Amino acid sequence: MSIPAEAGLYTQAVDDDKLTVSIGPQHPGAGHFRFTITVEGDTIVDAVPDPGYVHRGAEKQTEYRNYLQSIPMLERSSLTDVTNIIMPYSMAAEELMGIEIPPRAKYLRMIMSENQRILSHLYWMAIQGIFLGHSTSFMWPMGDREMFIDLGQILGGARVTYSFAIPGGVRNDLPEEFKGRAIKTFNHFERRLVDYERIFYNNPLFLKRTQGVGVLPRKEAISLGVVGQTLRASNVKSDVRIDEPYNFYKEMDFEVPSFDTCDTWARCMVHLIEMRQSMKIMRQCLDKMPSGPVRAKLSPQQRTIVGEAYTRIEAARGAMSFHIISDGSTKPYRVKISVPSMRNLIALPRLLIGSHVADMPAIYWSLDYWPVEADK
Amino acid sequence: MSAPPAKTELRQEEKAILEALSSKLGSRITVAYSKPNRIKIIVSPIDLIEVATCARDDLHFDQCANVTGTDFPKDKQIEVTYHLGSIEGAGLRRIILAIACRVPSATPELPSLIEVYPSVNYHEREQAEMLGLVFKGHPNLSRFLLPEDWNDIPPMLKAYRLPGRLEGE
Amino acid sequence: MVAEQVEMKKSGPGAARDGPGLSILVGKAKEVIQQAIVDPLTYLANWGRIYSLWPVHLETACCSIEFGAVSGPRFDCERYGILEAFGSLRQCDLVVVHGTVTRKMAPRLRWIYDQMPEPKYCIAMGACSITGGVYFDSYNVLPGVDQVVPVDVYVPGCPPRPEELIDAFLLLQDKIRKQKIR
Repeated sequence: MSIPAEAGLYTQAVDDDKLTVSIGPQHPGAGHFRFTITVEGDTIVDAVPDPGYVHRGAEKQTEYRNYLQSIPMLERSSLTDVTNIIMPYSMAAEELMGIEIPPRAKYLRMIMSENQRILSHLYWMAIQGIFLGHSTSFMWPMGDREMFIDLGQILGGARVTYSFAIPGGVRNDLPEEFKGRAIKTFNHFERRLVDYERIFYNNPLFLKRTQGVGVLPRKEAISLGVVGQTLRASNVKSDVRIDEPYNFYKEMDFEVPSFDTCDTWARCMVHLIEMRQSMKIMRQCLDKMPSGPVRAKLSPQQRTIVGEAYTRIEAARGAMSFHIISDGSTKPYRVKISVPSMRNLIALPRLLIGSHVADMPAIYWSLDYWPVEADK
Repeated sequence: MSAPPAKTELRQEEKAILEALSSKLGSRITVAYSKPNRIKIIVSPIDLIEVATCARDDLHFDQCANVTGTDFPKDKQIEVTYHLGSIEGAGLRRIILAIACRVPSATPELPSLIEVYPSVNYHEREQAEMLGLVFKGHPNLSRFLLPEDWNDIPPMLKAYRLPGRLEGE
Repeated sequence: MVAEQVEMKKSGPGAARDGPGLSILVGKAKEVIQQAIVDPLTYLANWGRIYSLWPVHLETACCSIEFGAVSGPRFDCERYGILEAFGSLRQCDLVVVHGTVTRKMAPRLRWIYDQMPEPKYCIAMGACSITGGVYFDSYNVLPGVDQVVPVDVYVPGCPPRPEELIDAFLLLQDKIRKQKIR
C-alpha cells in the first residue's frame, strides 16, 4: 500500500530491506503452528507455512484398530469439533458395513453436531479476542461456551470428548432434562449474540482492522478450493448441509450466510450468523425428533464389504470428508481424512502476501486454521 | 450419505456425466463404480492431466477436495485418487468424481495436477512424503508434516510398522 | 448433611480432614508462623513464587483447549496468580505441556524450557504427556514428556477436567512451599 501524495512524505528503498521472521510455535499469535514471513518494510512479501508440530499419525493408527476403537483417537484430532470429525467416519463405516441407522439417531447426531458447531465458533471467537488484543472478547465467549459444554455433558457424558456418533448410531439416548435446559440456554444466548454484535463486531476498531483486509475474490476462492467460512465469505453459498444433505438437514429450515465483500470482516460475520442458525436447527430437531431406538445392532468386530466409501459433512470449519478403503476385514485398509483446515491453508500465503504485518493476526485467525486438525 | 450400497439408481446427472466421459475420453478411462453421488474412474498416469482438464472444463468439476495415496503391496502398486467436486456446475454439487491412477511401487512417479487444480498443492505434498510418491511438475515437494530429521521409509507404506505395536497386532 | 458437618466441626483435634475445621486453620497458622520466624527469606521468596506462577504460551496439542477453559471466567486460574504472560517467555516460570509432544515439537519445547529463567516448573497435562496416551503407538509421538523436560506435577485425564488442572496448580504450590532456597 503506498502513502498518498498529499501526506507530504516520500519513501526511499534502503538496500535490500527484507527481513525473515519466524512466527513460531511459541508465539501468542500462532498456536501450534509455525510460519515464516519475509517482510520488506511493512509489507509481507512471502509467507511459508510450516505445519507438522502436532502430526500424530492418526491415519496410520487406524489401520491397527477396528472401526470402533479408532473413534476416541480420531476425535482428539480436533477437540473443538469432536462430533463433526467422527461423523463422516461413522457414516463411511456404516456404508461399508451395509447398515442403516435409525432416524432418532440421525436427529441426535444433528443436535450434537450443531452444539459442536457453536462450541467451535465460540472458541474461535475467544482466541480471536487474544489475537486482536481484546481480552473481553476472550472472556465472554469462553463463559458462554461453558453453557453449551454443559449441554454436551448432559447428552454425551464428558466435557469435550463424547465419542457420541459411533458407527451404528449414537451411544445413548437423550436424557429428559436436556430439552428444558437447551431451550433456556438458547433463549439466553440469542440475547447475548445481539450483545456480541453490538460490542465486538460494530466496534470501530474491529471494523478498521477487518474491513477490506485480506480480500479473497470469488474466482480465486473456488480455484484454491477453500471451504467453510472462507468460501462463504467470498460470495459462494456453499455448505455440505444444502449441497449434499445428510441426516435430516433436508427437512430443516435454516439459512446459509454468504457475503460479497470477501474480506476478513465477512469471514468473522459468517461465524456469528452460523451460531444463530445452529440454535434454530437444534430447536427444530428437538421438536421433530421421533421416538425409537438410537443404535443399530453391531458387533465390536464387525466385518465390512470390500470397497471404498467417501463421505463428507459440514464440520464447524468447513467441509470435512473421509475416504475409507476396506479389504473386508474388521480393520480399515486405508483411512484418509480431508480436513477443512488443510484445505484453507493454501489461502494463507495468498492472503498474507501484500498485506501489512499488523494485519497478520486478523487474517490468519479469520481463516480458522486449527493446526491440530490439519496435522492429524 | 448413509444409503446402503445395494441401491444403485443413478439420477440423470450421474448418467450424463458417465455419457460425457465415455464420449470424450472413450477407452482411456475405465469406470470402477458409479453409485448415487459417487463415480470413480481409473486412468493411466499418462492420461491423468488430460482427463483432469476435461473434468474441469467440460464437466465443470472445478475443485479438488482430496488426494489419497494407498499402498497395495500385493499388486506392487500405489494408487493415487483425486476426489473432484463441483461448485459452479448446475446440479453437480452433490457429486464427487474420483479419478484414480496406479503407479508401480518401484518407480512411483506421476504428473502433478497443480496446473489444473492449484488446490492440490499441499495434498500432493503430504502424500508424497507419506508414501514416497514423486509428482512431476510440483514446485515444492519438501518435508511438510513429518519432522525434518525423518530418516525412515515413508510411514504410510504397508512395509512400515508402527513402532509401538508388537508383531502380529 | 448440615447436622453432620456441625458434628465434625465440634470434635476438636480428632476432626475429619474434609470440611473446614478450626483445627486445620490452627495447623496452617502454626505452619506459617513457624516458617516466617525460622526462615523468613525462604518463606517470602516461596510466597512470591507460589502466587505468581506465569505459564508460557506454548500450546503443544489438544489439551490447550481445556487450559483455555481454565483461564476462562468459570474456572478462572487468575485468582491463583496463574496469568498467561503474553509478553515474553523470559518472564515466565511455568511450562504447562498441553498434551502430546511430537518429535518435531520436542526440540522446540526443550529450547523454550532452557530459555526460561530459574526457578522453573513444569506440569505435564494430559495422558499424552505422561505416557503417550491414546497415541502411544504412533511413529511421531514421544512416550511421555519427562524424557525431554523434568516434570513436577503429572495431571492425568484426556483432557483433564479444569478442576483437575486447578488441583495440579495447588499441588505445585504445595511443592514450592516446601522448597528450600540455597
